Amino acid sequence: MFEATELNDRNRRAERLWRWLFGMMTGLLIVPVVLILGVLIVKGGPALSIDFLFTEPTDGMRAGGVFPALIGTIWLVAVALLVSVPIGVAAAVYLSEYAPDNWLTRLINLCIINLAGVPSIVHALFGVGAFVLFFKFGISILAASCTLAVLTLPVVIVATRESLQAVPQAFREACWNMGATRWQTIRRVVLPNSISGILTGVILEVSRTTGETAPIMFTGAVFLLPFLPQSVFDPTMAMSLHLFVVSTQVPGVPDELPYGVALVLIGMVLCMNALSIAFRVYLRGKKKW
Amino acid sequence: MSVDAPARDLVRVRGLTIRYGDTAALSDVSLSIREHEIFGIIGPAGSGKTSFLRALNRMDEFTPAMTVDGAVEFDGKNVRDWRNAYALRSRIGVVFPLPVGLPMTIYDNVALSPRLRGIRRRSELDEIVERCLTRAALWDEVKDRLDSLGSLLSGGQQQRLTIARALSQEPQLLLLDEFSIAVDPVTTMRIEDVLKELKQEVTIVLVTNLVQQARRLADRTAFFLMGEFVELAETEQLFTGEVADPRTRDYVEGRFG
Repeated sequence: MFEATELNDRNRRAERLWRWLFGMMTGLLIVPVVLILGVLIVKGGPALSIDFLFTEPTDGMRAGGVFPALIGTIWLVAVALLVSVPIGVAAAVYLSEYAPDNWLTRLINLCIINLAGVPSIVHALFGVGAFVLFFKFGISILAASCTLAVLTLPVVIVATRESLQAVPQAFREACWNMGATRWQTIRRVVLPNSISGILTGVILEVSRTTGETAPIMFTGAVFLLPFLPQSVFDPTMAMSLHLFVVSTQVPGVPDELPYGVALVLIGMVLCMNALSIAFRVYLRGKKKW
Repeated sequence: MSVDAPARDLVRVRGLTIRYGDTAALSDVSLSIREHEIFGIIGPAGSGKTSFLRALNRMDEFTPAMTVDGAVEFDGKNVRDWRNAYALRSRIGVVFPLPVGLPMTIYDNVALSPRLRGIRRRSELDEIVERCLTRAALWDEVKDRLDSLGSLLSGGQQQRLTIARALSQEPQLLLLDEFSIAVDPVTTMRIEDVLKELKQEVTIVLVTNLVQQARRLADRTAFFLMGEFVELAETEQLFTGEVADPRTRDYVEGRFG
């Protein structure tokens, strides 16, 4: 009759142990998310209201709402996207579809990885030197957004390149063998099948850009501004900087106010992420191979 | 083209040597492929059959490590001298062993090549799609769902879709690399019948692991062995033992390979 050997049993016990261990570590991930959201909702919830979103800060930022900062962050993110997405996607298409595998390509890839590793405060100083002073954009949305764009370019490039690479090589060869040029192949086969990944990368970039503080505080974002920006050459308030200011720079701020600001900020990011997830689910349903 | 016209060479290969890095995959092949013939290539795996096909339409350019020496002439012109490689490839249809249904609708799969050529009129595209799918023995199975995805067809259907796509190029030369590997025997026979008819219009190079398939279809057959071009003969000669090299007889009779 068939019996499990001693070795079989030992393997089975080890299997249970490992499974439990990996599961535990995954479970741990939930803890910080729940804690952060919980604390923010409990402490910041009372500050939230429609007025909070749509009025200006008053009483030296000790009361009132976050409207100019909210609008400012939307400006900053939108302009940063306009700058970084065309450049990033085009660069990724070149690297994935055209570039020969030689030392120059490898050097460029290395540069992209290193660019991703540069601390954001260094980007901020670069932004001051390059965009504020050299290009004479001044302290403005444009300078801050360009700085953010440089900061997030690696994310866009890497995400785009990965999704392009996920399109099987056989599709490309089949297309080339019909006499299609690289561009015809990219337009008709590669891009239509990688667009979901590219958009996900872009949305990830958005959520990251939303929270960045250092790169904008020297280049375009200001403490308090009595008016909304009228063009990209105006300075602006921003949610992330506003949070920093009300938590550390202004004495006598009521407790719930910074939590409220943080809650709005994280709400913006979560909305973007939810959009990204919804989009992925939608596109997964249309997966073509 | 009149059937009585003397057969012209569509492809001439002189001293073709193919290497991957330092490893030779095929050395010193010289042969000609006549217009409107089915040219069979047989030989065990790793004999350089596929590499030979890749050299014909400059597919080697997709594989960085692959180098091709010697001359390949297509339609009287060295393929290296085609400044526009896309024009060259559009005249040569290729079918790989594993079917590649592009991730688009069945209709778009077959209409892709005509569209690349600039054909836009729906009626014209409809006509091409129906004709090519019919020839590839797939029309009856898919005519009611041309808008479903080509990449979700079964393996055998995808292979016929691939063949239809190659035909939609209206190629002068059709390269078939073991097309029947993913296709069931009944469908294989149907496609073979189609190939026999196609011979009137297209020159076909048929690489196959199935020596009997070469016997059924090919007018002439070349035998490749371990990167060596052993011999080329009328197919019937090869199978009736009138061979120049005893290894050919051993192979077609199934003593090795």
